[in-house]
Amino acid sequence: MKRTTFRNPWLPILLLSPQLAIIAVFFYWPAGYAIQSSFYLQDPFGFGSTFVGMDNYSRLTRSTNYLDSLSFTVIFTLLVTFLSLAIALVLAVKADKVIRGAQTYRTLLMWVYAIAPPVAGLMGVMLFDQSRGNLTQLFQSFGWDYRLGVNYWDTATAMITVSVWKQIPVNFIFFLSGLQAIPQSVREAAMIDNRSGMGRFWDITFPLLAPTAFFLLIINITYALFDTFGIIDTLVKGEPGNNPMTLVYRVFVDGFRGGDLGGSSAQSVVLMVLVLILTIVQFRFLERRIHYT
Amino acid sequence: MTDMSETSTATVPAAATPVQRRRRRIRWGHVGDHVILILGALLMLVPVWMMLASSSHDDITIHREGLQFWFGDQLVENYDAALFEYGGFTDSVNGVTMLTNSLILGLGFAIGKIIVGMMAAYAIVYFQLRFGTLAFWMIFTTLLLPLEVRILPSYEVIQNMGLANTYSGLIVPLIASATATFFFRQFFRSVPEELIEAARIDGAGPVKFFIDILVPLSRTMIAAMFIIMFVFGWNQYLWPTLITTDESLFTLVRGIRQIIQAYADGSTTPEYGEAAALAIIAMVPPVLIVIFFQSWFVKGLTESDK
Repeated sequence: MKRTTFRNPWLPILLLSPQLAIIAVFFYWPAGYAIQSSFYLQDPFGFGSTFVGMDNYSRLTRSTNYLDSLSFTVIFTLLVTFLSLAIALVLAVKADKVIRGAQTYRTLLMWVYAIAPPVAGLMGVMLFDQSRGNLTQLFQSFGWDYRLGVNYWDTATAMITVSVWKQIPVNFIFFLSGLQAIPQSVREAAMIDNRSGMGRFWDITFPLLAPTAFFLLIINITYALFDTFGIIDTLVKGEPGNNPMTLVYRVFVDGFRGGDLGGSSAQSVVLMVLVLILTIVQFRFLERRIHYT
Repeated sequence: MTDMSETSTATVPAAATPVQRRRRRIRWGHVGDHVILILGALLMLVPVWMMLASSSHDDITIHREGLQFWFGDQLVENYDAALFEYGGFTDSVNGVTMLTNSLILGLGFAIGKIIVGMMAAYAIVYFQLRFGTLAFWMIFTTLLLPLEVRILPSYEVIQNMGLANTYSGLIVPLIASATATFFFRQFFRSVPEELIEAARIDGAGPVKFFIDILVPLSRTMIAAMFIIMFVFGWNQYLWPTLITTDESLFTLVRGIRQIIQAYADGSTTPEYGEAAALAIIAMVPPVLIVIFFQSWFVKGLTESDK
């Protein structure tokens, strides 16, 4: 808030009301509804619902399908986050270094940001297709009998590849802007102290990038958890079957296909708690430790 | 500065003739940098290029050989079919309809979010409010939970309100996240204190100050936010999939799902060429915006998320 402010009794309320009305109706109401229905069991034919307490939650802990999705989500999130961060970091360091064509490289590496996840997924479907996919044929020439949609880990490979591909631009943009924020004087001092490019990177550049990297870590985990929905849905062609599934995708499948409002809501609440923990970690733990800027 | 890096000082082999030595030395470290960057650029480019090239082939070729590396002779036919041929179960949707719907969603979402966000941020930063802190936390909690998490209850709520298959049902719930509000709040806080003091001395009221001073001052910020939000809205998938079952309201990205389902069906040869063309049409507008307004886009992205 500013030191000098306007005093007006009704104007701020008027200004805030559209925002508050929208979040009340489309955020707090659904979120509350999710918490409430997670304690109820919906009649499959729509004849009301019964209060079942924590039953929906304990059902989750016993469901092998759910636990399978949970472990897949962990592996998926770790791999997507690590790979896309690593590739983007290498590219950003190089793009920061070159002088000739720097702008062109920057454009070529960031434009994929604008492609929608399901469109990326469609490209994945065509490239990884079981019989005619170009990558499938490449894999087969190496003796890998690749089967998208049939073999669990083959489908997972396609999901991870497309998700990493789609996420590289965001990470690249943030790493590059982080690198460009490092003052020239620091770079020159580092140059005098340490002649080895690798040593300079790990001793000076990387610690200075740490705030960006930790911020990106959270962004990437959120991306892998939520924004990959379109990629996963297109790669399994809307028919999940026995294919790997992330937790968010299972919320959708159980809720809309299975018609299990209570179970799906319980899963939503679990995810809400997960996101809250992530945010608390971000603000309380990491931000306090990393203080270079 | 890069001249001093160890890799770039590699010298020409001793056996080189004097003529070669006089030539500009090739810095192998730089060559390595360029090789990595070119590989990265190709990784980003090649899949889309193959999609573009394939959008000019007939279905049989793609069905037999997969995506193509070079153009065929069906370009006009495929794009014509993708844009103007009516399809779907009810024959009520074509590419142009979906393009229009995508534009309505992208523009409506971006403009709505900017207006709502700027107004709320102005109230929070420039007014003394008794319930100000409460409003602040109520708004910023929404940043924590993406729509995907509360998707089923949101759907039920919209359904009960009778907003399914309407533009407002499509757009307004997506606005219920405070990214723009947060972004403008950060920006307003960085606006010098003297401006509001001067405005008050000159007798400008809050409305005049907002419209005549703050909005013009935020022009770059508004542009940056607009690009991010337009691309975000255009690329929405899950929400349009749920809320629009009426085909005349399908967006391009929503249309991709229909293609995939025809693909999974497998009874006839899917229309690969047309599908590729539709995918290209779906990516062209946001890609062009990001490329042409790159500096605003990067500014919006790196400043809004912090």
